[in-house]
Amino acid sequence: MSGAISGYMVFAWSGVLLFGLGLFGFIAHRHLLRRLLAFNIMGSGAFLVLVGLAQDGRGVDPVPHAMVITGIVVAVASTALALVVFRRWYRASGRTDLPEDT
Amino acid sequence: MSLRTVFAGLLCLGVIIALGWAVLERPMPEENLPERVAEAMPESGVEHPITAVLLNFRSYDTLLEIAVLLLAVVVALALREAQPDRPEQMGLDNPLLRAVMAWLLPLILVVAGFLLWAGSYQPGGAFQAGAVLAAAGVLLRLAGVTTAWLDNATLMRAGLALGLLTFLGIGLLVMLPGVPFLTYPAEHAGALILLIELTLTLSIGLTLISLFRLTPPYADDPDDARRQETPKP
Repeated sequence: MSGAISGYMVFAWSGVLLFGLGLFGFIAHRHLLRRLLAFNIMGSGAFLVLVGLAQDGRGVDPVPHAMVITGIVVAVASTALALVVFRRWYRASGRTDLPEDT
Repeated sequence: MSLRTVFAGLLCLGVIIALGWAVLERPMPEENLPERVAEAMPESGVEHPITAVLLNFRSYDTLLEIAVLLLAVVVALALREAQPDRPEQMGLDNPLLRAVMAWLLPLILVVAGFLLWAGSYQPGGAFQAGAVLAAAGVLLRLAGVTTAWLDNATLMRAGLALGLLTFLGIGLLVMLPGVPFLTYPAEHAGALILLIELTLTLSIGLTLISLFRLTPPYADDPDDARRQETPKP
């Protein structure tokens, strides 16, 4: 419990907040672009938690750091893919949201 | 404020509290990973622990990651617009950007090369270098510079697959003396990792550039698209 407010934990706490914020945006918004942004904020929160907790006590743990950089690259690629799919959806239907949401 | 927003707010507050509690009350991991990584560093072929984890100790993750990137770009290629991207007509008409690009491009390439090389002993590596390369490609596209080799479908696909194929090939090749998949011999690990990182950089850069170029900036309006699809009299 002693490490609750030490320096590196700022990253983990920020990550927890970002994750919750992103989740709220993901549920509250219907526009697909906003949802994609919210999802990315959730992802950034998860990365921050991993990076923050990896600096606990026994020195920096490189394994979560390597996992986070892998995750960032995959997140960038999936975001770009989602944008391509959204644009096709918009051109096909003229909608910016999914019909199940309304 | 709709019921949905209130519900979402309450849910997310709960999630934040639960996550915060989990972060506070986390158990100390029994395995001392930093120590084990430090012990294995001399056999890794590189001097930076994160690069060693990425490309040696847990190279399976990185192999699958580059496979995911290839998969994303293949799906995006399958879904792309029928019309090709035409940078010379659709680039920004900005002489300043073109002039600055002439100065920036060599610098960007040098930075990408440095990041790739630096990965073996300090933060850096294939992903950062690939992202910098992709930035150069995106800037070129925005400046409206025609890059014929990017439109050559065969070359492009070969470049996109190069990273994964090299990684897989080296992973299989090291199995010849009878060791498990992706276990590099300690004396050649440095050179093999550099070769993998070089091809990964190229493929990651090309993947990001293709994902950007697959969505030409026009005809997003469905009505415009329909008008374009009807043949002109």
